[in-house]
Amino acid sequence: MNSIVLIFILLLYLTFLFFIAHWAEKKENLRWANNPYVYSLSLAVYCTAWTYYGSIGVAANSGLNYLTIYIGPIIIIPAWIIILRKIIRISRLNNVSSIADFISLRYGNSRFLGALVTLICLAAILPYIALQLKAISETFHVVTKTSENSLIILDTTTYVAVALALFASYYGTKYVDASEKRKGIITAVAMESTLKLLFFVLIGLYVTYVVYDGYGDIYQKASLLEHFHEKNTIGSIENGMNWFFLCMLSLFAIFLLPRQFHVSVVENNRERHIKTALWLFPLYLFIFNLFVFPIAWGGNVLFFGEAKNADTFSLLIPQFYDNTFLTVLVFLGGFSAAISMIIVSSISLSTMLSNNLLIPYTFLGKLKNEAQEINNKKIVNIRKVGIFLLIIIAYLIYRFFALDYSLGSIGLVSFVIIGQLAPSFFGALFWRRGSSLGAKSGIIMGFLVCLYTLLIPYAYGLTNTTNTFIASGLFNSDLLKPLALFGLDYLSPIAHAFFWSMLFNTMTYFAVSVSFKGNYRERNYAEMYIDIDKYSTNHENAFVWRGTAYTRDIEKVLLKFLGEDRTQRAMAIFNTKYNVDKNQEMADARLVKFAENLLTGHIGTASAKILISSVVKEEKITLPEVLKILEESNETILINKKLTETSNELKKITNQLQKANENLVIKDKQKDDFLDTVTHELRTPITAIRAASEILIDDDEIPEDIKKQFLTNIISESDRLNRLIDKILDLEKLETGKQKLNLTLNDFHQTLLKTIEPLQQLIKNKNISIAIENNKPINLRYDEDRIIQVVTNLLSNAIKFCPDKDGKIKIKIIDREQFYEIHVMDNGKGIDEKDAEMIFDKFYQSDNQNIKKPQGSGLGLAICKQIIELHQGKIWVKNNDITGACFTFTLLK
Amino acid sequence: MKKILLVDDEPNIIMSLEYTFKKNNYEVFIARDGQEALEILKTQIPDAIILDIMMPNVDGYATLEHIKKNDALQECKVIFLSAKNKESDIQKGLNLGASAYLTKPFSLKKLVDQVKELIE
Repeated sequence: MNSIVLIFILLLYLTFLFFIAHWAEKKENLRWANNPYVYSLSLAVYCTAWTYYGSIGVAANSGLNYLTIYIGPIIIIPAWIIILRKIIRISRLNNVSSIADFISLRYGNSRFLGALVTLICLAAILPYIALQLKAISETFHVVTKTSENSLIILDTTTYVAVALALFASYYGTKYVDASEKRKGIITAVAMESTLKLLFFVLIGLYVTYVVYDGYGDIYQKASLLEHFHEKNTIGSIENGMNWFFLCMLSLFAIFLLPRQFHVSVVENNRERHIKTALWLFPLYLFIFNLFVFPIAWGGNVLFFGEAKNADTFSLLIPQFYDNTFLTVLVFLGGFSAAISMIIVSSISLSTMLSNNLLIPYTFLGKLKNEAQEINNKKIVNIRKVGIFLLIIIAYLIYRFFALDYSLGSIGLVSFVIIGQLAPSFFGALFWRRGSSLGAKSGIIMGFLVCLYTLLIPYAYGLTNTTNTFIASGLFNSDLLKPLALFGLDYLSPIAHAFFWSMLFNTMTYFAVSVSFKGNYRERNYAEMYIDIDKYSTNHENAFVWRGTAYTRDIEKVLLKFLGEDRTQRAMAIFNTKYNVDKNQEMADARLVKFAENLLTGHIGTASAKILISSVVKEEKITLPEVLKILEESNETILINKKLTETSNELKKITNQLQKANENLVIKDKQKDDFLDTVTHELRTPITAIRAASEILIDDDEIPEDIKKQFLTNIISESDRLNRLIDKILDLEKLETGKQKLNLTLNDFHQTLLKTIEPLQQLIKNKNISIAIENNKPINLRYDEDRIIQVVTNLLSNAIKFCPDKDGKIKIKIIDREQFYEIHVMDNGKGIDEKDAEMIFDKFYQSDNQNIKKPQGSGLGLAICKQIIELHQGKIWVKNNDITGACFTFTLLK
Repeated sequence: MKKILLVDDEPNIIMSLEYTFKKNNYEVFIARDGQEALEILKTQIPDAIILDIMMPNVDGYATLEHIKKNDALQECKVIFLSAKNKESDIQKGLNLGASAYLTKPFSLKKLVDQVKELIE
């Protein structure tokens, strides 16, 4: 196929990815980008060109060993629900943006450790990226049937690499805060994962069912080949050991590879997405591996005796049958696998490079004094250039250090190097005593062993028997043979290096950690990492820090990196979260941690700590103190929770008490007023009696008729006094429930007539016309004497209020289904709206206490209300639509 | 003959007061509330006013305030006669400018003596 056409197809494909990334970044499409399937598929960045091509190579050349790379992850994936969730939670709360951040933060924001992890990652991943570029380049030449141009400028694959570098550096650095989610890239990666699987399955089906006649056919033909059986069994116990170590290796890699950490932790939006990944990702790996075997052995059979690179069987087979379309599809699948890995790896590496190496060691001083816009630009540029250079350097590595090894073996070397992070990484999650010094020395030790047993031999060439170093070891010592250290000669080089490096690494980490205690900050983070669930809602509380810090100073630092708006917003969030007064001058441990967190995404944990430390004055705390404070803070969190609950309850009770108290005060005032009224009312008749009596006793010449008048007055005032006392007692009985109702069935009309009868004289005297609407008999159950009392009271009031001329009283009875409404209306002056509700209150006094109400003590209406309520009815007053008042009460049917 | 205005809404009390003051040679005027009293005061200037406090329409305090605003009535002595016997009520009455404050029930003899002392 023509190179130009293929390049054109590649550009088209890259444009398509650009479009996907761009589309996913848009707000309205977030729903699509932010779903568990995209997350799970993005994890398949694990399947690189090595999987796509290399597995076939390994399967064709050495049999089943390729499976270990998938078995390891599949074994550990069920534990993700605990481990990965924990890692994600820790990272989210601390704004961690890479594995270097994750490890260095746990060991007390150690700058050196962050840099060390970054270097390990670079050492492991740069050749790995080179490997991907190699795959692209080689397969490009296979598809176009060209050979590599020795002049780098003229080689078309150079331009592919440059284009890739540009794409990655443009899309990988959209945010200054490296812990921000990159939806576009991730969606594009998920899309590529789908395509590479689809194309791989297509070629698998093609080889199995078109070229051959199914699995059985391939197996039958392949089994005739030499070494078929030994290649396709696990074999001896030694080989079993190899399997075990290779599985372990890939099990670690699924956590530790920077790109895996990036997609599974940094880009995780919801913890629950893990649940989908739990089944979808192993399924993905399983489907991928369904066709590795048939393609590999189909190729072995097809190209028997020819010197073909088994890695490229998936291209060679369709090409052999002149199926250009399928060849290009397979090529695009491999291209997808490679660029996903390149882009995600280069993004995470450049983040580490900038946040854990370059900024803390070189740029931090400059950044400290610049304005926010310049800083952000600088940070983004460092990363942009970083991504670009990483890809270009990887390409140069590929070009100039001709990588002679197959895809599979270089990948495994990367795994072994990255595996050196395992002890300090898993230690961070589960072991409180792990110290920074232990982690550093463990990693260095492991890397040195790795260098000795793997990298140097690889550099010389594994099978180079003429090399004395490989053949007879350092100082000609049998024990120091790099490929058979201490006489361990039955493991494959990879498993061998992995075993020894891991052993030394872990032992060193353990021994140093136990021998030399870490500082209080390490121990503090150890607690926070291990017990992250305890601190997940207010983890700033778990940060132990003592010293002097001014909020202003910390804000100034934040301003340099976050800008005015974000700083203000963040401070507002902090103040609300912890209920801190925004004008508080001194900062506490929580703010220090909060600020470090905010900066971590921008410049990494180490730099964040350095920057904040530069504006605060920290006091040393001893380790036991830290533990004590943590324990206390743990208790405090619990107690606080309880306290908040209790104080909420107290607040409620206080409110209720306050209301009750207010009610009591009102009641008390009403009681006073009532007593006032009552005593006044009682004194009035007594006064009249006393005055009349005084005259009668002192004045002997008093005329007989006047004497009689005075005596009559005395009698009537005595009666009045008596009635008043009766009313007070009556009310008291009704209110306290001592008065029982004597319920009988009565016709309300009869009752009404009985009530009006004794009032006839009064009505006549005042010339009032009285009308009753609705004369039908109404049978109801009530205490007749009491209802007569109520109606009498209402009628007496009405009579009193009626004007002297043309007084009118109307009684209306309305049927309301469940009850009757009885209205008593007059045409007097009506009632003041604001008094309408209180008029039934026994303590009622109008606003002006000294204005006497015409109806006397006002106890009458209070008694009416009590009687009606005892009958389960209601009583109220409104002004009627003509003039005057309308008293209404209800009686249940 | 000295003039006296009796203001109270209780007819039986008024009756005793009227009888007593007439007997003591006063010219007696009667009002059943503050409003009526103020009406009468438009045409009459009594020497003394016996004033109840709790009354319909216009109460005793308000009546006294009106009286004090009227220049023609400055010489007129006002005596409160009320069942309100709290110290604060009494103080209020005296502060408004009443010459005396008697609480109900009261001694007619004392009241007459008081009036005499004030205006004779």
